[in-house]
Amino acid sequence: MSEKIKPIELEEVSIRFSGDSGDGMQLTGTLFSNTSALLGNDLATFPDYPAEIRAPQGTVGGVSGFQVHFGHSKINTPGDYVDVLVAMNPAALKANLRWVKKQATVICDIDSFDKKNIKKAGYNEDPFLEEDLDGLNVIKSPISTLTRESIKDLGLDNKSILRSKNMFTLGMVYWLFNRPLEYTEDFLTGKFKKAPLIIQANKRVLSAGYHFAETIEALNPSYIVNPAKIEKGTYRNINGNVATAWGLIAAAEKAGLNLFCGSYPITPATDILQELALRKEFGVKVFQAEDEIAGINTAIGASFAGYLGVTTTSGPGLALKTEATGLAVITELPLVIVDVQRGGPSTGLPTKTEQSDLFQALYGRNGESPVAVVAASTPSNCFEYAFQAGKIALEHMTPVLLLTDGFLANGTEPWLVPSMSDYPDIKPPIVKESNKDYQPYARDENLVREWAVPGTKGFEHRIGSLEKMNITGTVSYVPENHQLMTDLRQAKIDKIADNIPKLEIHGNKDADLLVVGWGGTYGHLITAVEQLQQEGKSIALAHFNYINPLPLNTAEVLKSHKKIIVCELNMGQFANYLRIQVPNINYLQYNKVQGLPFTVIELTDHFNKILEEK
Amino acid sequence: MVETEVKFTAKDFKSDQEVRWCPGCGDHAILNSVQRAMAELGYKHENIAVISGIGCSSRFPYYMNTYGFHGIHGRAAAIASGTKVANPKLSVWQITGDGDGLAIGGNHFIHLVRRNIDINVLLFNNEIYGLTKGQYSPTSQKGAVTKTSPYGTVEPPFHPGELVIGAQGKFFARTLDGNIKLTTQILIEAAKHQGTSVVEILQNCVIYNDRVHAAITEREFKDDRQIVLEHNKPMIFGKNRDKGLILEGMKLKIVKIGENGITEKDILIHKANENNPGIHQMLVNMRYPDYPVALGVIRSIHAPTYEVSVEAQIDKVQKETNIKNMDDLLRSGNTWEIE
Repeated sequence: MSEKIKPIELEEVSIRFSGDSGDGMQLTGTLFSNTSALLGNDLATFPDYPAEIRAPQGTVGGVSGFQVHFGHSKINTPGDYVDVLVAMNPAALKANLRWVKKQATVICDIDSFDKKNIKKAGYNEDPFLEEDLDGLNVIKSPISTLTRESIKDLGLDNKSILRSKNMFTLGMVYWLFNRPLEYTEDFLTGKFKKAPLIIQANKRVLSAGYHFAETIEALNPSYIVNPAKIEKGTYRNINGNVATAWGLIAAAEKAGLNLFCGSYPITPATDILQELALRKEFGVKVFQAEDEIAGINTAIGASFAGYLGVTTTSGPGLALKTEATGLAVITELPLVIVDVQRGGPSTGLPTKTEQSDLFQALYGRNGESPVAVVAASTPSNCFEYAFQAGKIALEHMTPVLLLTDGFLANGTEPWLVPSMSDYPDIKPPIVKESNKDYQPYARDENLVREWAVPGTKGFEHRIGSLEKMNITGTVSYVPENHQLMTDLRQAKIDKIADNIPKLEIHGNKDADLLVVGWGGTYGHLITAVEQLQQEGKSIALAHFNYINPLPLNTAEVLKSHKKIIVCELNMGQFANYLRIQVPNINYLQYNKVQGLPFTVIELTDHFNKILEEK
Repeated sequence: MVETEVKFTAKDFKSDQEVRWCPGCGDHAILNSVQRAMAELGYKHENIAVISGIGCSSRFPYYMNTYGFHGIHGRAAAIASGTKVANPKLSVWQITGDGDGLAIGGNHFIHLVRRNIDINVLLFNNEIYGLTKGQYSPTSQKGAVTKTSPYGTVEPPFHPGELVIGAQGKFFARTLDGNIKLTTQILIEAAKHQGTSVVEILQNCVIYNDRVHAAITEREFKDDRQIVLEHNKPMIFGKNRDKGLILEGMKLKIVKIGENGITEKDILIHKANENNPGIHQMLVNMRYPDYPVALGVIRSIHAPTYEVSVEAQIDKVQKETNIKNMDDLLRSGNTWEIE
């Protein structure tokens, strides 16, 4: 065993763990991330898994990946290209080689590179010859063999033995980056409480991997990524879907109401439904409906009864909810509709990310039917914007569409846990018993109607899907009244702008190039913009979380730049929306619909090109 | 449901809105029966929610002096489910028709019944789409000539009772729009039943399907063509109360008391609370001219309701948990300190 050379300090590192769906790569990646977070690194993660639950073993379609990007400085994305790729089989190598940096380390389980698997992955005979591996540090390790060897005396069956080979890999990666094993060991002890043999096996394999990497000097010198200078406080890892669920509960708590969620399972939104189903301690009533339509209609029925009604879905499900969204618009009931966007149209790319539901959110209903639209921009701020969506819905008596996406939903990051005392109260306009002349459609200064809930004596009234008479809320077919009510419903949404924060600009107010984004692209856009700012370029970012209405200072921000480029993961929906809302500006566009996030490098390349153009 | 000490009359449940159904429409009588039933039940107005979809019958909530929600086509069951699950103390009444409830809303209908949420479903069955002016519905008899089936329909109809039993329904009753006394009585039983109660009301559309139920409602025939079932009583019918039902092999058979040695003792006794739906299934499927049409409460069995079970789970978790608010949750599980 040779002396370990003093490790090299790195600013940031990306690792992608990949293997067959059953190889435990998601867990491996999560354990590595948690260990790094405990060491004080900032980080971001993103899982990449197939739409099929168990795609044919060994095929490229069945490859499951987990990427983690951790660093000594602020980390905003899971990283474009990786420094280390773990490929547990030939298919994983085939699927992921395009994501490695030029001098990356590639760890393969050479035992799984047999004839059968090589063919299944679509190689002819030798993947290592057929791929261009120039410059890469390829570590062909007999991971399966060594795993078996290290626990052969424990009397486990072959299946259980091979199931722990991911721990061998994890052990190797821990050694590469000088990480301790304790967190993972504690996790294993907790997870397999009832199976001491499995704990022993996994711990032994983990340690075997660690020492194997040391013995073969897999990387010499190894690397260190020092803790980031991040704010003091209590942290936890959170993904966008859990943050969304918690934000909705927090909104109900601040409003003093109960939460009702009527939803139908749909990728990638299902985790919100599942998380809410767990949270019975908050009295959350979760109704797994027979379809998307019943999901939203039960939520509307619950809102009618005085709950904060929410429904959670993804693009195709939102399409099914359009008619009922209109019902919430005309009945002016509070409702939060969460759309975790995925690749479309139709079933499209269910497990991939996209921002192509914006027009559907803004306009996808019959009639003049405005709703508020809010978008989260990081996994953890899904909490903030779910909370704000609930606040707007309750205080303005309107449906609110909260847009997240597959990238935010499944991505995780460390989150400085907030205190609920930092969040504002939510004051729904519940009718006061002293109000003797209650009229269902009388409005306050924000044009918001009062909410009289069944069970409240003296306020019995009827609401419904037919046009309402102004103030009284009875059915009305009067032409002028329909015009008036249409105007009022629009003005009510417009007035929300008075209660949302102004648009902030990252960079100089008069930068030559203003990058405009919205929602889940924030991490990539800010990283790209900051990189160019450090290079002295005149560039700034304006990133939108409030889409309808837009912040009041939007025009002011947009009009002070030579060039504006709107970047989004669709073919230009927000750019076109801005052309309507803030006309007479030349909006350039940068669009991508590949089911993937932007990469920082493609953004910086493109921005540089535009900055150079006269 | 807490009953009030004040005595109500049917009039107390009328709203100030002008009733706009066609003159002679069966809905007027049904509205009358519902208001009578509510007065007799004595529920407070503020604790009643009447929820509908779209169709002629779905205008109902506007005419009730209670909380009301006129929804969208087919979705009354879903809206009502949300309202009842949110607040189980409310008395929730879903008004729907054969199109609203069994075509566009068919999915919600069967799932409501399966879940057994305590909602009273009033299914107005006139075997036609009235509001869109005369197209066949999922309950129109095969061969029915309507505007969209000028040569007669080629599809068999749903029988609501059969659908309810197929969806594991716990309460099914049938009545006629014009029989206010029977309807009122059935509605009271439906309201008191804990769980989804489906009441099929054979309703006459004077404009687009007039006399659709005439064969069983005509005064001179009705006693021979209807059988009003009562729990624990023999299944006897006929103008002279001399006809009854017995089980022969796998089928119900009409017999005459006094003939072939048949006495009243041979006649089947109606057991609405029998769990096994076998006989109930046969009763809901009896059709003129082979059988008399069964009216009354055909099936009424006790089972846990969805909304009560939901609250029981919540109560249990709330008693056991250490997480009392969002701050607790935020700091629960895997967290770490950066100092």
